[in-house]
Amino acid sequence: MSRIEVQGLWKSYGDRVVLERVSLVIEPASLVAIVGSSGCGKSTFLRILLGVEQPSRGRILLDGAPLPAEPGPDRGIVFQRYTVFPHLSVLENAALGLELRASRLLGRSFGARRREAHEQAAAMLERVGLGHVLEAFPHELSGGMQQRLALAQALVVEPRVLLLDEPFGALDPGIRADARALLLELWEERGTTVVMVTHDLPEAFQLGTRVLVFDKVRRDPQAPERYGATVTYDLPGYNRRRPRPPAPAASAAAPATGGS
Amino acid sequence: MRLVNRRPSREAALLLAALPFVLLLLAYLFGSAARLADNPADKLLPWPSTLLESLRSLALEPDRRTGAVLLWSDTAASLGRLAAGLALATLVAALFGIAIGLVPLAGALLGSFVAALAMIPPLAVLPILLIVLGTGEASKIGLVALGTGPLLIRDLALRVRELPEELLVKAQTLGASSWHLAIRIVGPLVAPRLLDAVRLQLGPAWLFLIAAEAIAATEGLGYRIFLVRRYLAMDVILPYVAWITLLAFAGDRLLAFLGRRLFPWARSGA
Ligand SMILES: Nc1ncnc2c1ncn2[C@@H]1O[C@H](COP(=O)(O)OP(=O)(O)O)[C@@H](O)[C@H]1O
Ligand SMILES: [Mg+2]
Repeated sequence: MSRIEVQGLWKSYGDRVVLERVSLVIEPASLVAIVGSSGCGKSTFLRILLGVEQPSRGRILLDGAPLPAEPGPDRGIVFQRYTVFPHLSVLENAALGLELRASRLLGRSFGARRREAHEQAAAMLERVGLGHVLEAFPHELSGGMQQRLALAQALVVEPRVLLLDEPFGALDPGIRADARALLLELWEERGTTVVMVTHDLPEAFQLGTRVLVFDKVRRDPQAPERYGATVTYDLPGYNRRRPRPPAPAASAAAPATGGS
Repeated sequence: MRLVNRRPSREAALLLAALPFVLLLLAYLFGSAARLADNPADKLLPWPSTLLESLRSLALEPDRRTGAVLLWSDTAASLGRLAAGLALATLVAALFGIAIGLVPLAGALLGSFVAALAMIPPLAVLPILLIVLGTGEASKIGLVALGTGPLLIRDLALRVRELPEELLVKAQTLGASSWHLAIRIVGPLVAPRLLDAVRLQLGPAWLFLIAAEAIAATEGLGYRIFLVRRYLAMDVILPYVAWITLLAFAGDRLLAFLGRRLFPWARSGA
């Protein structure tokens, strides 16, 4: 349930301008889908929100405060690939965020706290339909199951914002539909603000309460790198649902941003 | 059918694999028989019965001078040094490799330094080790560690940098600190690679061990073969070389087995 404000954002790599003059406000609990042609800067925008890249100009506010310049537990992410940890079982993957929080020194918990973390993670896994494979390793899961696991893993720590970069892009059509439905349900239950990049226009409209189209408004045929993309269309999505999160829990648990 | 498309059956593959060994054995037997026919006291290519008899006494009878059964006391000494040296190198590699690969500041500080260290031919350092550490165990363990460590560090740092950025970012979004990343994510993820790298360093490790033992030791497999070289005692050298080869092979298999057991999630390996 967090609000993101992007003010006059530019991003360039050397002479290559990728994003220019991006200004927008993302309302709490909205599900914003971002579409645009390949290479237009969607992932770059998401990586800036994530804190992996810094804006060249402009600033971003998360609930009124400047966005931390590195990734933290307030912003969850699901990538298209490499999104769960191959050396951890399904249950350990889902519990990782809770375990890290439990001990600065060891990054794992013991005894009652560990049981609690594992129960919480197991409940989340049950919710995303992975209750029957808790002990499996990710390489034993299908692509769709891995993405479900990634969602569960990200949501267990209750991020304020969930960022998704083509999360279902590599899935088969039937599986993809299930995964979309699951995302919608989780969003509706929790009211997490979601920003999702996709190259699939129908998906964007089906899932999004709002669809942003990134494209260049100015073009220089001699020097295509001179101008960047910005938001060219800002449309309502077909998603008319509104989250109904369980009253106070979510905001109270918002953790401090971390990482040293 | 083209040669590149002809595949041996299982039996044929076994036969083919055995062929070079059999040929080598035959060549040895012919050579040995010819030399012994010429001169029954020839020591260069002992007949297998002589080799076996010598092996039996090395493996079963206490040495007249020291009272130890030579093959086993030499083996214990050598394996102890090899294990200590490799363990030291592995430990140092885990610490520094992960630091250099994961922490940009550490990489900037130590990356070039370790690269330079890795360029020093370890055997050239042996005299220094002998002077500084003395002729005891430390210099031999030190040579094995120094000969394998820098490469292990560099290899591991590269492996760490090869990890998908997504995984490190993901862990940070789950609240991981730098230390958490090292011990909970990066360390476990590169552990199988480290084990593989150690496996590849087994050969060099034996080389450095034997070199160190040849120059300064009072027991050990390398010490023994260089000692008896003076008497042209091929009946000792040949069984020792075969034994060392067997040990090296067993070490390789052991690490491969450990890798599969310890890291079932890492599908590659073997
Ligand atoms: N680190 C970087 N250095 C230079 N150029 C980059 C970098 N990251 C992305 N780009 C460029 O920015 C543009 C947008 O990339 P990206 O955001 O990944 O596009 P997409 O919309 O397909 O996700 C691409 O042309 C890419 O080449
Ligand atoms: Mg992209």
